[in-house]
Amino acid sequence: MIDRAIPPTPDEVLARARELRRQLSGSFREEAVKSLYAEAERVAQRAVSQDGDTRALDFDQRVDHLVTSPWLGLPIMLALLSVVFWLTIAGANVPSAMLAQGLFWIEDQASGLFDAAGVPWWVTGFLWHGVYRGLAWVVSVMLPPMAIFFPLFTMFEDLGYLPRVAFNLDFLFRRAGAHGKQALTMAMGFGCNAAGVIATRIIDSPRERLVAILTNNFVPCNGRFPTLIMLGTIFVGASFAPGFASIAAAAAVVGVVVLGIGFTLLMSWLLSRTILRGEASTFTLELPPYRRPNIGRIFYTSLIDRTLFVLWRAMWTAAPAGAVIWLLANIHWGDHTLAAISAGWLDPLGRAIGLDGVILLAYVIAIPANEIVVPTLVMAYLGAGMMTEMSGLGDLRRLLVEQQGWTMLTAVNLMLFSLLHNPCATTILTMYKETLSAKWATVGALLPLGTAFLVCFLTATLARAFGLGV
Amino acid sequence: MSGHDCEACPVASELAPMGMQVGGVDRVIALAGNPNTGKSTLFNALTGLRQHTGNWPGKTVTRAEGGFAYDKVRYKIVDLPGTYSLLSASQDEEVARDFILFGQPHAVIVVTDASALERNLNLVLQVLEITDRVVVAVNLMDEARRKGLDVDTRSLARDLGVPVIPIVARTGEGLHALLTAVDGVSSGAVQTAPLRVTGTPEFEHAVRELMTHIEAAAPGVPNSRWLAIRLLDGDARVEEALRTGELTRLVSRQQQQDVRFSKQIALQGAQ
Repeated sequence: MIDRAIPPTPDEVLARARELRRQLSGSFREEAVKSLYAEAERVAQRAVSQDGDTRALDFDQRVDHLVTSPWLGLPIMLALLSVVFWLTIAGANVPSAMLAQGLFWIEDQASGLFDAAGVPWWVTGFLWHGVYRGLAWVVSVMLPPMAIFFPLFTMFEDLGYLPRVAFNLDFLFRRAGAHGKQALTMAMGFGCNAAGVIATRIIDSPRERLVAILTNNFVPCNGRFPTLIMLGTIFVGASFAPGFASIAAAAAVVGVVVLGIGFTLLMSWLLSRTILRGEASTFTLELPPYRRPNIGRIFYTSLIDRTLFVLWRAMWTAAPAGAVIWLLANIHWGDHTLAAISAGWLDPLGRAIGLDGVILLAYVIAIPANEIVVPTLVMAYLGAGMMTEMSGLGDLRRLLVEQQGWTMLTAVNLMLFSLLHNPCATTILTMYKETLSAKWATVGALLPLGTAFLVCFLTATLARAFGLGV
Repeated sequence: MSGHDCEACPVASELAPMGMQVGGVDRVIALAGNPNTGKSTLFNALTGLRQHTGNWPGKTVTRAEGGFAYDKVRYKIVDLPGTYSLLSASQDEEVARDFILFGQPHAVIVVTDASALERNLNLVLQVLEITDRVVVAVNLMDEARRKGLDVDTRSLARDLGVPVIPIVARTGEGLHALLTAVDGVSSGAVQTAPLRVTGTPEFEHAVRELMTHIEAAAPGVPNSRWLAIRLLDGDARVEEALRTGELTRLVSRQQQQDVRFSKQIALQGAQ
């Protein structure tokens, strides 16, 4: 008992609480929850009555039976994913080419005007061939696919399909020793890995939350989709007859996505067996009713919040990257440009994993935002001034294959590297903020990077052993 | 204040969304509820903001804040993460609970799903344990109707002891009645008599003893009963709040706010 004359200190109150807890018979928590549930049941039964028809309910259940069935659930999911990517790729081709044509025409006209006005060559070069060209690439490569992909993705989200995906993938995550809700945070990662890392707050167990944070980067975010879609289109798609081109390209992107999910599971499994050992905890997942998507909101959310937001961020990072590239390509050190020297230095490492030094250089420059890898790459290749005419994806393929000697191995490994490599600076910072640990943020950055190097090295070595690619 | 019972008339006449402007507000309202019951949709409908909504549980993991004015009162509204309970320790639940307890909102709107009422009531009862300034919004009435369910909100209001308002947040149906109830509860004009779950006599005895100690250690603390129950359960967050003096500081801050608030009203009266 506490003396009532003087106010007790907090520690005294806590000690008394512990004492009382010991004296109480049975599990306190259990008793409290039990009486709470009983009360809720009583109140609800009095207020709710079932009348009229239940056809709508039956329909929901029939659909759920189908899309979450053990046999058809995953195939239906893959089919939907394929349709979404096919629509994105087939639909984005033409607007992408038109945008590129228009934007590069402006570059030509403007730099021509600058030259005619007697502006020094390095001002024109820096502004128009450096900064502007970077921006033009970002807009023409990224805007059309995003403007198609995001509304479709948001529609499935509004409809209520995402929890079903989590339901379908639950058994895989459980076997990997991870939390089933990780399927939801992974799905968020397809939009943005930083958002996916924040979304892991829905996972109660700290161990499983950390697994989800560290492996979120293994699914491609929308900053990396344009790279994957472009590579799929100009390498995989272009190897097929025109009628099948976009189907083949979509299949390639779906393959990369499935591979990403595979790596997420594999790495979760490895982490749960090694540094983050433990069992998967159980949880209840609610399957919400299907709701008719709100078209106006879908367009607003996907176009303003996602497409323009991502594009804006990409442009802000692309402009300085374009400037850096132009400077590197135009500042000479001895006989060579800085770009050539640094790319040359990275070249042996790049070749060993089936890429080249310029690609690695582009990835280093693009650390702030993955969106700008391809534009940076192209600017780096163009920096040598070999080609000035760029008006569409066909020109891009000619540049990469004919002038830079890309092979199918380069394209495949670049897709793998894009999928697996380190998260962007924002995601690394978010991992630090969510874990409050520099150690885990470092692990979160190095784990994917190491995986990327290892996997690309293996595919390059294997391909070369069988005489494929160079 | 006449005409507020009219469910069909447009809410726009008195509702003025203020988006992100939350400076100089008169009252603070929290939006709690199970995941995927339409909290963010209601938040958007009131504030005119476009907080991302999605049809899956766990969409909101952080707090979102917005403002609106209704009947000349300016409100700040805080959209909390959806949770099934306030008992366990996941981070989203902690965000929600800490705000309801330590943020001291003038009222909490608990948004419930009309078609899954029993499960939703578990959370309502837990919120009622913390605060009596609660309005229950029974959302998704259209979906319940589609499923052939009939929800008697009067019976609910009688049992729970707080206003219960049927709404369809997506179409704006019932928002008028909801805001009138929020006005009444947050101003203190409407007195509530929240249902509190009582335990065994042995348990109640322990709770009462601990309540007196808590009130002695932290005078004027809000809802010592809830704090006593949490301490008996060994809740680390509440233990820490007591030990660091966060509870006491909160009380004095709240009293200062009350003084400022009544000063404001006095000034307005003078003009």
